[in-house]
Amino acid sequence: MVRSEQKPLEEILGYLEGSKKVFLLGCDGCAQASGTGGWPQLKEMKEKLEQNGKEVTGMMVVDFLCQKALVASHLKPVEDQVMASDAVLVMTCGIGVQASAAMIKKPVIPGCNTVPLGGTRGEWRGSERCLECGDCVLYWTGGICPLTACSKGLLNGACGGASNGKCEVDRNKDCGWERIYQRLKEIGQLERLKKFIPPKAYNKMRPKGEILVSSLWALEQKD
Amino acid sequence: MGLREAFASGKFVVTAEVGPLKGTDTTEIKEVAHLLKGKVDGTNVTDQQSAVMRLGSMVTCYLLKQEGLDPILQVTCRDRNRLAIQSDLLSAYVLGIRNVLAITGDFPSLGDHPDAKAVYDLDSVQLVWTINRMNQGYDIAGNELQGKTDFFIGAVVTPITDTEAAMELQLIKMEKKIEAGARFFQTQAVYDVDAFAKFMKRAEKFGVPVLAGIIPLKSVGMARYMNKNVAGVFVPDHLIEEMQKAEKPAQKGLEIAARLIRDVKDLCQGVHIMAIGWERKVPEILELAGLA
Repeated sequence: MVRSEQKPLEEILGYLEGSKKVFLLGCDGCAQASGTGGWPQLKEMKEKLEQNGKEVTGMMVVDFLCQKALVASHLKPVEDQVMASDAVLVMTCGIGVQASAAMIKKPVIPGCNTVPLGGTRGEWRGSERCLECGDCVLYWTGGICPLTACSKGLLNGACGGASNGKCEVDRNKDCGWERIYQRLKEIGQLERLKKFIPPKAYNKMRPKGEILVSSLWALEQKD
Repeated sequence: MGLREAFASGKFVVTAEVGPLKGTDTTEIKEVAHLLKGKVDGTNVTDQQSAVMRLGSMVTCYLLKQEGLDPILQVTCRDRNRLAIQSDLLSAYVLGIRNVLAITGDFPSLGDHPDAKAVYDLDSVQLVWTINRMNQGYDIAGNELQGKTDFFIGAVVTPITDTEAAMELQLIKMEKKIEAGARFFQTQAVYDVDAFAKFMKRAEKFGVPVLAGIIPLKSVGMARYMNKNVAGVFVPDHLIEEMQKAEKPAQKGLEIAARLIRDVKDLCQGVHIMAIGWERKVPEILELAGLA
């Protein structure tokens, strides 16, 4: 799930300056679960916009906005309302906003901020994170990723900033390297900490062009 | 005699720290340089300490060098990627700076520009390794340098920690830094001599000189603040009481600093005095410690 939070109303109104007629678009997936872009939030937003002198031309919640084919098919019946609007306010994550913007020939306004989750998660929502670095070091660190578990992403050990095992950047977060130490101790592999990990090839973190092409592109074709 | 020669001579080495101010006024730096000249073997210049934006370490080192001190360029991994760090190291060498201290660096959120993007392209072990490689005439990518560096490489270690994991991680990292090329260590502030002795017992075997960190206490409030907010600094209750009972706490702080120096003298190879705004008092501390 992608988590989002609503932007402050003042920011949204700022983006809508000069736009009178607004169409509201929500998402029945993650945004609904985040409490930021389901039907209840769209209705609330409609009221707020009307109180601020806007005219809401229509509303639609799509399940899911990240699927461009669904965006197109759901909006087809309300095309007139959309096209009569000055702007479309999209109440969902950055992916949904981008997918909507790709399918709607009107200015698309983001209504939410996407909350950082610290890296890619599995399909099951556990606490583990992956930065997709393209060069896995988990062998050396007992299966705990130093790039995501350590706030500084250090590869050769703790920075010394932890206090009682808590990170200097966030006292509610365990020091990633102290966790790595405990794990390696448990499995009798503390020797692995002595391995020098050379400077990382961060260019491996740039996705290749073909990765950015949807594998489901046929489904997402507008017509 | 410079820092490297001081270590080679086997004397008890003394270094002090100078923190540049925020702005272009360098009057104080020059004043402090005059006071420290001939009294210390090396002078550290912090690299935007506590992630607070200030005058740069390199130019301040250059000014100290002109005043006749042997500067130690502190380099953190926080703000610069490997291109900027290596280029800065070449520049520093050309300016006559010969000592470098490699540090991870406090996270930007702790400083006065909390919105800044943290870099950490290299970590402190990789930074030591990088400097060592440049000393051998190559950059990280393996390209040959036209004119190599010859830096005396230092690193840091926290000798007293609050968890077993933190202590073991410090020692392992210290060993990695030595293997990567570190030739001396400066430590976080020491107030508990017994705990420091325990650390030295384990660190001795590495055979690399250690300078114990000394921060003179200015007040009871400062001691409590550090205990609460500065990782790796632990001021014991008996020292706080001593400060409380003192008629002139500031003077007591200098006496305690001098006493700590005398107490660690037989445990390690020198001291590193971090006066944090009290640089003018360093000569007095050294006198009280019998080192002047």
